[in-house]
Amino acid sequence: MTDTALALDRLRGGAPPRNHDARTIAALTANPGCARRGLMDAAGVDKDAVARALGFPAQFGQSQFAITRGNAFEAQVKADGCAELLTLLRDRLGLRLPEVAYDDLEVVGGNEGRELRYTRTRRLLARALESGEGTLFDHPLLRLDIAGQPAYLEPDVIAFQLEGRFHVIEIKSFAVIDGQAEPDQVAAAARQSAVYVLALRRLLAELGAPADRVSHEVFLVCPENFSNRPTASLLDVRPQLAVLERQLARLTRVDRILEELPDDLTFAPGDALPEAVRAVAARYAPECMATCEMAFFCRDEARACGSTGALGRSVRDDLGGVDSIGTALGLANGTIEPSPDLVETAEQLRTAARLRREALDGAA
Amino acid sequence: MSALTSLARLEAVATGRAQPLATVRHCHLAEAPLVMVPLKLAGEAAAPLAVMLGTRPSAPALLVVPQPRNRDLRFAFAADLAKVVLDHVEAGRGSVEQLPPGRDGEAKTRYSDAPQLLVPNRGGVAFLRMLGRSTRFRRTEGPYAVDAAVPALGRWLTWFTERHDHPGSSLLLAMTEVLRLHWATGQSSLEDGNLAALLGWIDPPDGMDGPAAAALAEDPVACPPAGPATDPTFDNEVLAPAIAAYNEGAPQAEEKIHRALESQLAPTWELMWRAVRLLRELPEGASVPARWERDRDAFTYYHQTFGEGYPQARRDPPVRAARRLHDLERAQESYEAQRAFDDPLVMAEHRLAGQAFGGVVTECDPTRLDESGKRPRLRPYLRVGTEDPVQLEPGTTVCSADRPALKGRVVEVGAGGVLLELTGGMGRRLTPEPGTIPQVGDRVCFTSRVADSWGAARFPDREETPWTHGGPTEDYVPTDEDAAEEWS
Repeated sequence: MTDTALALDRLRGGAPPRNHDARTIAALTANPGCARRGLMDAAGVDKDAVARALGFPAQFGQSQFAITRGNAFEAQVKADGCAELLTLLRDRLGLRLPEVAYDDLEVVGGNEGRELRYTRTRRLLARALESGEGTLFDHPLLRLDIAGQPAYLEPDVIAFQLEGRFHVIEIKSFAVIDGQAEPDQVAAAARQSAVYVLALRRLLAELGAPADRVSHEVFLVCPENFSNRPTASLLDVRPQLAVLERQLARLTRVDRILEELPDDLTFAPGDALPEAVRAVAARYAPECMATCEMAFFCRDEARACGSTGALGRSVRDDLGGVDSIGTALGLANGTIEPSPDLVETAEQLRTAARLRREALDGAA
Repeated sequence: MSALTSLARLEAVATGRAQPLATVRHCHLAEAPLVMVPLKLAGEAAAPLAVMLGTRPSAPALLVVPQPRNRDLRFAFAADLAKVVLDHVEAGRGSVEQLPPGRDGEAKTRYSDAPQLLVPNRGGVAFLRMLGRSTRFRRTEGPYAVDAAVPALGRWLTWFTERHDHPGSSLLLAMTEVLRLHWATGQSSLEDGNLAALLGWIDPPDGMDGPAAAALAEDPVACPPAGPATDPTFDNEVLAPAIAAYNEGAPQAEEKIHRALESQLAPTWELMWRAVRLLRELPEGASVPARWERDRDAFTYYHQTFGEGYPQARRDPPVRAARRLHDLERAQESYEAQRAFDDPLVMAEHRLAGQAFGGVVTECDPTRLDESGKRPRLRPYLRVGTEDPVQLEPGTTVCSADRPALKGRVVEVGAGGVLLELTGGMGRRLTPEPGTIPQVGDRVCFTSRVADSWGAARFPDREETPWTHGGPTEDYVPTDEDAAEEWS
């Protein structure tokens, strides 16, 4: 084990590491500057448990109605060797699929390690590349290096091979109504799919195949209108891929974060936990609420120290990047002398304050 | 967002209370609006679960689908909902006003009032849109026949949600949006999406400040979500067992579901009416009646042509889409300009952006004539001393915020202020009508942003749709397929 791996084990306090999934990786890239999240994720810390221990439990409950619906839809699409899915690919997208094979990579004789499953995925895909055999590969196990650490991905997707090219098929249970779905949900699906495309490309690169053997076009399968019938659309995830690759490259390297921290730091439960978490700097933004289990704790911290970021990125931008609410108010009412780089911001804030005062006094 | 609203947010944090973003109310508020708090089943596109609705705070009705996956129960719910909504539409008409004949010489009428719907948030609007979409194509005879009121409900809900996209329309309002237009809180816009938290900042209960009230509002047990999504814990621990009991035919199962959903909806119902009371305390903006008149026009037209029309198509044909976009853009422009005229606090935004300016008149030449043309014209000079960051080019047309008829042109913007040449709104003679021109020492405000700066464009008829837009389209006629669409 490397020093970094040992240090990360210590951070977890001996607990087994939590797996990444595409959702957490996509979320990671949403806030790449957050050292706290980067470190906890790299170590595979159970953030949900940490947040609960800190008294700020995350509210990521899922309704069983939604889960049932999602599972039922997926099962229906995949039933009988993905019969419905193949019909869709043939009819809707006009694909020629003469012979079809379906391989489920999930179970290889019960209980086995991630490495073993990854090897099996790799072997099967290598064979497919060579011989062109195999069409649908369900539940592939992929791997992606996150901040210098390998993360295993267990995507709920199918890799689909057609004429030597792989495509990612993602099944989602949100409805496409008259050709339109909720933009937020499509965007989230695109971000997640991009993670799978990237991981699949990395795997193929290991096998010596060029990146374009994995298509940047993802098949998104969703229920159509108000029914249970699936419909498929092609989603170009090139923009998301570009963002993802850039953010992953930029992710602060975990070993560099570790250098700055005390040698005995751990996120194991105990009295020292709040202090340990605070020792690692966070960069809270309201968007964290949707993706990170630590969000309530970080929000509380950001509010307590009067951070403008807690009010949203746009507010902080409006204030010319001033981080502290106290400073911004001081600049606005003239009690704080601006430093040279804030002269312009201060002038705008003072004008804004004067205009607000004039308007409110005039109305009163 | 601008530095001005952001500053208001900071002040809200500092004071622990929401700060005003408006000095008047910028939307119409009906005497008896139909308040609707809908809930939908998680994971479904538009499976209604319940709706609490009514026009009086003391008398809400509660409609419930005990098994939201049962198609017949859903349509029974839609029929019940339709009765309430269609009654509200009919009751909201008021009397008929006769208008002078239009250009085509036909006499026109306008209803003296229009129905108003209020929902808690944007999600509520989106849900009504989906509910409208899923019901408007239904047939009232043949296979899968539904109650005659169901497709009518679908068409009206679709119409209301389309009007909601229209800037300045008050026919269907989302409460969080309306409140955010009038107050800035010390939390992020994400958290403002929670009606209870937003109201907590604006009007905290006695003995509490905004942050404390908002924190309380975030506890889904103390304060169930305002919908249409339900609290997942409620789903798993209360609703799912109750629905399971109903499926098994357990005694009083339906009443139990009813009571459970009522407990989730009642707090939001109270919040909605508290928000209505808060908004009523604000004086109405001067241009609100004129915008409501446009709403009444739209309502009158749709109501009077309802019988001849088909349900709205799944997608707008090109000409209609282009016209609609054009209308929305014009409405947006005039809405923003009108709000600034009505409200100095909104005008302050335009002043901060440099598109308007205010100050004191420092020089005035009220009888100046421009004699360069054939006939002399009255062109008084006015210099306004201002500290505002004016961003107007010489030659820009501006008008007075107090009296928009008074128009002028920017001559120069200098350190001492702005020199204006007044061009209109002073009477027809070569000397200005008394009282039309501000005097030295008067406070004035001029803006470059006006309503209706560009006129309505002409669009081709449907039969004349150019080939660039797909060529002429068929008139939309609903098909059997539309009517029999699955709703599972």
